[in-house]
Amino acid sequence: MAIDSMQRSENFRWGDMEEEDDLDFLLPGKQVIGPDENGVKKVIEYKFNDEGKKVKFTTTIRVEKRTLNKRAVERRSWDTFGDAADEKGAIGLTMRSTEEIHLERVRPPGSKAEEAKPSEDKPGSVLMVCRLCLKKGDHWTARCPQKDLLSSMDNPSTAETSTPTGPINDAYVPPGKRSGAERMRRNDENSVRVNNLSEDTREPDLRELFEPFGAVTRAYVAIDKTTNMSRGFGFVNFVSREDAQRAINKLDGYGYDNLILRVEWAPTRTS
Amino acid sequence: MRPILMKGHERPLTFLRYNRDGDLLFSCAKDHTPTLWYADNGERLGTYRGHNGAVWCCDISRDSSRLITGSADQTVKLWDVKSGKPYFTFKFGSPARSVDFAVGDKLAVITSDPFMERTSAIHVKRIAEDPEDQVADSVLVLQSPEGRMRINRAVWGPLNQTIVSGGEDAVIRIWDAETGKLLKESNEEDGHKKPITSLSKSADDSHFITGSLDKTAKLWDMRTLTLIKTYTSNVPVNAVSISPLLDHVVIGGGQDASAVTTTDHRAGKFEAKFYDKILQEEIGGVKGHFGPINALAFNPDGRSFSSGGEDGYVRLHHFDSDYFNIRI
Repeated sequence: MAIDSMQRSENFRWGDMEEEDDLDFLLPGKQVIGPDENGVKKVIEYKFNDEGKKVKFTTTIRVEKRTLNKRAVERRSWDTFGDAADEKGAIGLTMRSTEEIHLERVRPPGSKAEEAKPSEDKPGSVLMVCRLCLKKGDHWTARCPQKDLLSSMDNPSTAETSTPTGPINDAYVPPGKRSGAERMRRNDENSVRVNNLSEDTREPDLRELFEPFGAVTRAYVAIDKTTNMSRGFGFVNFVSREDAQRAINKLDGYGYDNLILRVEWAPTRTS
Repeated sequence: MRPILMKGHERPLTFLRYNRDGDLLFSCAKDHTPTLWYADNGERLGTYRGHNGAVWCCDISRDSSRLITGSADQTVKLWDVKSGKPYFTFKFGSPARSVDFAVGDKLAVITSDPFMERTSAIHVKRIAEDPEDQVADSVLVLQSPEGRMRINRAVWGPLNQTIVSGGEDAVIRIWDAETGKLLKESNEEDGHKKPITSLSKSADDSHFITGSLDKTAKLWDMRTLTLIKTYTSNVPVNAVSISPLLDHVVIGGGQDASAVTTTDHRAGKFEAKFYDKILQEEIGGVKGHFGPINALAFNPDGRSFSSGGEDGYVRLHHFDSDYFNIRI
């Protein structure tokens, strides 16, 4: 076969060609590269396509060696039986989940367990009354093991009536109403609003972008709660007003991630 | 990981079992046909038709040639694994709850439920080498002191010397497999507070784990019946399994099936929870079922596990590589 094609290529003349003639002898031979240490093998082939053009096919194959149990291999070829013998019945029985399921960690890996140990030697454990399961001295309401069960069954009216009976310092006070809330109010000064951010921009990116102009106290990107996507704007707070002004001068109209940023003073919040 | 969903059963799953080589997975459900699956791709290989009631439990011989199933139709059947044909039926006067082959596959332990005037009992049957020679006689019958209480699981101890049982009265008992004498009992302090739902041995038979409706799973020494570890969950435990590869145990369960529709779906907590076997600390959970988990099994190679739920699905999970490097 090889000799045959050689001879043909030696005294080959285009004029002798017939339409249906096999042209394969004109093609470079098959080339195999690998397998390399990762088991990846490359096969390069040349073929003619329908229009008679030469096409290069590169096939990448991953070669994997597996040890299989001899009897398990034999069981592979077993005939189906029972209800499975009917091929039609098997359709749709086995599916691969479309959803990626993770082993959801209780705590982010690396962090230590510092959960408050259950009460035993706490002073005042007598005060510890769970408002859900009414157990005394075992756990706080927030740590009640039946929290989800009981709280979803409870109707709000009973929950309300039971609240005043608990110790006063137990009741939830929104941060804004707590004593000293004034001090805790975020420093709104020198706040710069950044518009037209790309969706991929996250807070660290923003910080990186603005840090060269001076110390940044806060970088914030507005995230849509439902879609988890960036809403396309954010805020950056600077320590000094001069730095902020420089950042505005420099970065307003700056091209970032294919978008032109708009940077301005954030409107002061009306309380 | 992307689990493989197997929907071969029309009713809740009751039990899952891998064969020794880890290439076959047997599933039992409250519909009447135990099913055989390939454990790698989840394709159905066959079903075992013949039972006339819920199938509670099964076991597979070490050479994967014979299957034993215990059913609520008051029979235990022996099957030829390859052809799917039953070749022998043991008849009991009450539902058979659990079955387990002894090491060597010459004996099997079967538990039967209390029913009408019968009390619960543990039966030891001889399994003949040749199916033709199989007889129905029991080698040993242990009338349980649990009496009217069900024995949910009985397995063989190391070297077939003992039988370990656990059931509705929350007491774990170790019996002498020869004489039928009660050797050990878990005491009230260490033991479970509510019915034991599941019992599973470690790969080397040195210890075993029990799961209970008291929301805990406990690890016990198989010889001395000393409590080694306790794993606390926040839902009743229906299924337990010990990883043969890593120091992990997985426990599954969930709110009682009858209460599921009365509460918010998040309250169910139908996840398979992984615990560090030694530190007793929860590692994480694998979600997916929309009913309580009734059955769990680790592949003998420890690289995949499957769970069966009240929802009728078997979910076969092949671990991602990062699972093997988990640090607490």
